[in-house]
This record gives sequence, C-alpha cells and structure tokens, in this order.
Amino acid sequence: MTTSVPDPSQKHQRREHGLMLALVSPALLVILALIVLPVGWLAWQSIYHDGFTLENYRRVFTEDVYWRSFALTFEISLAVTVIALLLGYPVAYLANSVPKGWSILILSLVVLPFWTSVLVRAYAWLALLQRSGVINQFLRYLDVISEPLALVHNTFGTVVATVHILLPFMVLPLYAAMQKIPNDLMQAGASLGASPSLTFFRVFLPLSLPGVLAGCTMVFVLCLGFYITPELLGGGRTVMVSMLVSRNVELYNQFGAASAVAVVLLLGVLVIFFIVSRFISLDRVLGQK
Amino acid sequence: MTMKRTIGMGCALLGAIGLTSAADAAEQITFVSQGGAYQQAQTVAILDPSAKKLGITINQDSIPDAWPAIKTQVGSGKPIWDVVDTPTGNCLRGGEQGLIEKLDFSKIPNGAAMPEAYRSPYSVSYEFYSSVLSYSLKTFPKEAPNSWADFWDVKKFPGRRALRNHPFATLEAALMADGVAPDKLYPLDVDRAFKKLEEIKPHITVWWTSGAQSAQLLNDGEVDMEMAWNGRVSAVAKEGAKVAFTYNQGILQSTSLCILKGAPNLATAVKFLNEAVDPVHQANLPLHIDYGPGNPNAFETGVIKPERAAQLPSEPANAAKQALMSYAWWSSPAGEAAEKRWASFMQK
Repeated sequence: MTTSVPDPSQKHQRREHGLMLALVSPALLVILALIVLPVGWLAWQSIYHDGFTLENYRRVFTEDVYWRSFALTFEISLAVTVIALLLGYPVAYLANSVPKGWSILILSLVVLPFWTSVLVRAYAWLALLQRSGVINQFLRYLDVISEPLALVHNTFGTVVATVHILLPFMVLPLYAAMQKIPNDLMQAGASLGASPSLTFFRVFLPLSLPGVLAGCTMVFVLCLGFYITPELLGGGRTVMVSMLVSRNVELYNQFGAASAVAVVLLLGVLVIFFIVSRFISLDRVLGQK
Repeated sequence: MTMKRTIGMGCALLGAIGLTSAADAAEQITFVSQGGAYQQAQTVAILDPSAKKLGITINQDSIPDAWPAIKTQVGSGKPIWDVVDTPTGNCLRGGEQGLIEKLDFSKIPNGAAMPEAYRSPYSVSYEFYSSVLSYSLKTFPKEAPNSWADFWDVKKFPGRRALRNHPFATLEAALMADGVAPDKLYPLDVDRAFKKLEEIKPHITVWWTSGAQSAQLLNDGEVDMEMAWNGRVSAVAKEGAKVAFTYNQGILQSTSLCILKGAPNLATAVKFLNEAVDPVHQANLPLHIDYGPGNPNAFETGVIKPERAAQLPSEPANAAKQALMSYAWWSSPAGEAAEKRWASFMQK
C-alpha cells in the first residue's frame, strides 16, 4: 500500500483530535493554574525554606505522631472501603438486574446525597448518632439499652459517615462493570446445569472484579484525604493525615511543614495507583470505558 | 478565635489577591477582624464612631485566623491590611519576627493610659473573653462544679466532659486542678500539666475544635460539663438551654490590635489604634456582645451598667477570680514546645 494516497479518515481524525484539544484546553489551563502550579509551589516549599532543607521530611518520618496518623488513616480507609464494597455490591447488582426504569431510580437514590454538602451530612449523622440522637433514643425507647451508646465522637462515627459519603463512588463503577457482563453468559451457565449461586460465583463475580477494583481504589484513595468528617465526628481523637496538614500550618507557621505531610500522602496515593494500574487500566478506575 | 482556622487559610490567600485597592490620598485604613456577630458589634460600637470622629474611611476585612495572612502579606513586601484584631499571641510573635510595627505610645495616649499588663511594645488589648468551666443545670441543679479541681473530680461530679482540643487554657486548667494558684501559673510546669491531663483523659468524651461545636455539645446535652468560651455559653443559655458557667478559675484571654510592618497607611493606622481603645468606644462594645472591653478604663466611664459589668469577663471583680493568660509565655520557645507536644498527647 502506498502512503501517497491521502486517507480521508485519517485527516478527519486528526482534525477531530485538534478540535478536542481546543475544547479541553480551557479546562487544562484552569487545572494548570489552580492545581498544578499551587501544588508544585507547595511541594517546593516543603524542601526549600531559606535554603534546601529536609527538616520537614525528617519530622514526618521520625516523629511517631505522623506514623500513628498515617496508620490510622490507612486503617479507616481500609475499613470504609470494605464496608462500602459489602454495602455497594448488592445495590449495584440489584440496579443491574432490574428493568431500566428501576435501575435509574436506584442509581438516582445512590447519587442523591451528592446534592447535599459534606458538612451538612456530617451534622446530620451527628443528629442521628449522638447521645440524645435518634438512634439512641429509639433503642432506649425499645428498652434494648439502658445507657446511650457511644456512636459518635470516635472512629466508629467517622467510619459510618465516611461510608455514606463515599458509597456512590463504589456503586457507580461496580454498576458500570456489571453492565458490560453479557447476560448470555449467565444463561449459558444455567443451561449447562449450574445453580444460580454457582453461576454467580464462577461467572458473574470474576467478571465484575474490574469494577470491584475500580470502586475500591476510588473509595480508598478519596478516604485517605478526608478532613471534615473526622474533624466533626471523630471527637478530637481521630486524627487523620489531612488534619495533620492543617495542624502543621498552625504549629510551624510554614506551609512547608504542612506540605511535606501532603506530599508524602500524595506519593502514597500515586504508589497505590501504580500498583492498581498493574492489574487494570487506570481509565477504568477513573470511570472511563 | 471562634471559627475554623483552615477556612481562614484560603481566605487569607484570596484576600491577599483580591483586595488590591490602592491607598488614596484621602485618609483610610483597612481593618481586619474575625467576622460574624463579633465584627458586627465592633462596627457599631467602635469602628463607625472612630471613623466619624477621625474623618477617615475604615475598610473592613475579616478572617478567622489572621496569622498566616500576616505572614504572607508582610512576606510579599506589600501588605494590604493596616490594623489587625487578632489573639494577642500573634501580635507578640509577629513583633519578634519583624512582621508587626513597634508602637510609639507617645502617639497613643489611650493605650499609654492602660495598665502595662494590657499592652506590649507591639499591641494594645482590644477585647477580653474567657475559657470558663460551664455545665448543664439539668445534671447539676444544686451543687455544680465550681473549680477545675471539681472538673477533675469524677467521683463527686460524675458526668460526661469535654475540653478544647488545644493546649491554650487547657494546660492552665490542668495546673489549677492540681492546686497551682491562678496567679502563679507562669512559666507553666508543662510536665505536671500533661500528667494531670492524662488523669482526666479517659473521662473526656469530646475534644472540641470549634466554638460552635462546644456550644452544640452543651446545648444538646452531649456533655454535662466542659471548658468553653463565656460568650458561647451565654449565647446557648439565652436560647433557653439549661446551662451555666462560672468565672471562677476561668482563663482570661484577649485579642489585641496591632499594625502590619510596612502597612500602607501607617500614620492613619496609629491614629485609629488610639481611637479604637478609647474608653468610651470600648465601653460600648459589651453593650452589643458578651465580650469585655480591652481597656479596663472603660469600666470607669459609667457607660456599662453595674449589672451588665458583672456579666463580663474582664470586669475587675470577675477578672480577679481568673487567671490572665500569658501570651508572652505561649509565644516563648517553651510555649511553642508545649503546643507541639499536644498532638502526641492527643494520639496516645
């Protein structure tokens, strides 16, 4: 085949790419100006303050305050991810198996809380979980408990509210993955004599795993940076990494001391993304394809 | 003082970018406080009357925590703000770090007339508030906790407790609970204070971070007693909650006025600073909000009625029951070390 013949489809594609680039460039510029430059500047501050210094990182890696916070943040993120998966999988499965109208209803119910601010939802959980809150009063009314349970101002309350906020990030990738599993496969399984549960575990579940991984990664990574929820519902004892960032600005009066913590967290997230990308394509995690 | 500090960070940067109106020939200053009902009260009591009397324009800005903005603005070499109302400690460490102008008290007669404890080379007291022991009247209808020793006494006063998630005033309370006299606190025996805090730690349900949170805890009956700012408790009480507080062993804290180094309208700023601590203006402040005047001479003006004065944290008889926070100590190396130690105390 000769190359001298112009391929109209290729030309068309090139024009389309150019158009796409033109369309996304305002967004890219905004991201560059409002995210890349400030984050870069902050990262620079963490190593440069009247000369190069690793003091900020020495502190992060040697003082056990930081280790405890990082460990707690990972524990909470892991717990939130597992609970969100256990709660989200059945919801996504249901949305996938019912007729279109119903699945739209289910998914809108999942997404609905997005329209309420995180702050408001944190306070709503406070009203539900606190000592004089709805749950404790109801349980006392039923005589199940004699003393109110400590449901909030601790790690438990933080986890509950965080799961609620992050659940859509689990359900939506799961649903997207499940949508792509052809129904024929399930029918084939059934026609070959497999029980519904066997078809589920041998066929459906393995095929939905990319969605599981995508959802878990999203939830885990987002949870690592949570701030308002642990601040309001953690009772002061649940010190997550993001809270250390804000505390360090006050304590050391330098952005560098805070951004070193943020940089370490960011690197942690990148490592997680890198590991995940070995298993599935990142496009999938980020909700594409 | 009463709001989330982190929000302030963003506002500080935005403020630094946004407020770029150049200083006109006509005399004006930019004054910064902490916003909300508090700044509103000042506007009526102090800012508007001062502007009128001096014939200047006072542009207002607000920020929950001015410190990062002070650093950024002065660091940039072209500050936008002139006068800041901020916790006194910020003025002191700002002065030490060359971020705050040294004051010439010969030009500030109202400040010079204040007792020395109420001013520093860099600042004059502007208003007082207190970290007090507050409690639920439902839980303690008769015998209420009346000292930090009572707060620490979980047998005599059973109930759920909250403290502020911050060493300021909390270490002082711990030392008073351990028997240190309110006027013998400084320099703080930090080891002793943390040891005493370990004692009460298992009994603390919530370590609160914002003033609003402390009010909510008391209002909703989440805790039976807590350390809180007097203005927050009285606001909750006014709304009908069965709560009260005592000034006994309260920790008297203040915000002060100070001027940014290289302020664009330095001369006018000094004039304003003098006017803002005028005893009559100062006496007007507590008529609009539950904070005490920074200038104690305000109590001599007759503007504040005795029954109102009795409710205020800096009224001389109330002040005598309390400990006056030493911002000089908190901004010293020992104070800063204690502040850093707080984080590891909280996580253990």
